[in-house]
Amino acid sequence: MTTASVQARNTPTTHTTSELLRQLVAHLRQNRTQLREEWARRITEAKLLTVMGQEEIFAEATAVYDNYVEALESGTFEALQAYARNLSERIIPRGVETDEVIGIVLLLRDVLARSLFAKHQTDFALLNRILDAYEPAANRIANTVAVGFVQERERVIREQQEAIRVLSTPVLQVRERLLILPIIGVIDPQRARQLTEQLLQGIRTNRAKVVVIDITGVPVMDATVANHLVQTVEAARLLGATVIITGLSPEIAQTLVTIGVDLGKMNTVGDLQGGIEEAERALGYRVVQLPDTAHAS
Amino acid sequence: MQVPILKQGQYLIATIQSALSDADLVQLRDGIVLQVGKLRSRGVIIDVTALDVMDSFATRTLRDIAQMIRLRGAETVIVGIQPEVAFSLVQLGLNLAGVATALDLEEGLAFLDRQIKGAGGEAHSRGARGLQKE
Repeated sequence: MTTASVQARNTPTTHTTSELLRQLVAHLRQNRTQLREEWARRITEAKLLTVMGQEEIFAEATAVYDNYVEALESGTFEALQAYARNLSERIIPRGVETDEVIGIVLLLRDVLARSLFAKHQTDFALLNRILDAYEPAANRIANTVAVGFVQERERVIREQQEAIRVLSTPVLQVRERLLILPIIGVIDPQRARQLTEQLLQGIRTNRAKVVVIDITGVPVMDATVANHLVQTVEAARLLGATVIITGLSPEIAQTLVTIGVDLGKMNTVGDLQGGIEEAERALGYRVVQLPDTAHAS
Repeated sequence: MQVPILKQGQYLIATIQSALSDADLVQLRDGIVLQVGKLRSRGVIIDVTALDVMDSFATRTLRDIAQMIRLRGAETVIVGIQPEVAFSLVQLGLNLAGVATALDLEEGLAFLDRQIKGAGGEAHSRGARGLQKE
């Protein structure tokens, strides 16, 4: 946008505002070194960003400062937003907290405001006008950085949740055509659904004939999830696989009886070892201990 | 769309290749039940790998086919039910009770071989063995 078009379209007031912002930017550029140092010092004093070294803080402070001035000058926040996202990506894994990020942005705001006070202390009216121009922009910048950080953090958390969910239901092949599915922890309906999906896919990809589901690590199970488990067993049968469930706790046994599961369809064995032995029998395996290795270990 | 019914040794193989209308299903049922007697087949394999939806009519027809075939003196096995289809069938309570199922065609043939051997059929299923080796 050229100056002429700004003058042509804007009212005198906003023209003054942009004029003031330009002055402000010039001031910030002039005092770049000093203000940057001041800011980095305040960050260290406030014991923020403790995971970073002195030099690193200074380097980041410089980058943020330049982006900040840039955003003030251009009035566009995309570059700053991208930088904030990038910065968050780097510092979140190192354990930087939300309050630290908000803290440093507010510190920068304070440092800059103070330098304005110092510069214009003789002309109170002008100071007021400059602050009028500066504050909304500064607030918006602080907002952008903080929101960027929080969004990045949420993204990381979502990714981790997804990773935990996938890891929480491994489907493992122990022998040719024999899968085991150890389940640990409480099963909620969503996890139950995912479990079913992974098991049925696993049966298909591994061409399994027998699956042992071990629920020793499941403390309790409500009727919905128990019912889901029974349905999973049925669905596995439609894929041509037999399911053996092992490690039912007394409480879960009671739940299953209470909801009236057809026990003829459910193949259960006391523990995982028994389950695997049963599965091996069904597949025609026989495990033999060789006589000369009986005392080996 | 009509479903081809192929003779393979002692077995009949019907591979469903796309979603079928109710009329097609009835035609499949009648065709298979007729052929199984005509060709003196010992077993029938119905391959539903290509189906990603199965409704209650299809499920019931498959169950009917299995029962009618049994009455005609042969065994039926349904192969290739997709995982999602399997679970939605169970959720709808359409669990194909009493119908043999297997993972895929190969498993289905192995199942029928075992069934027939178990029943003391002296004639070994040469056709099925040949197919497995291919």
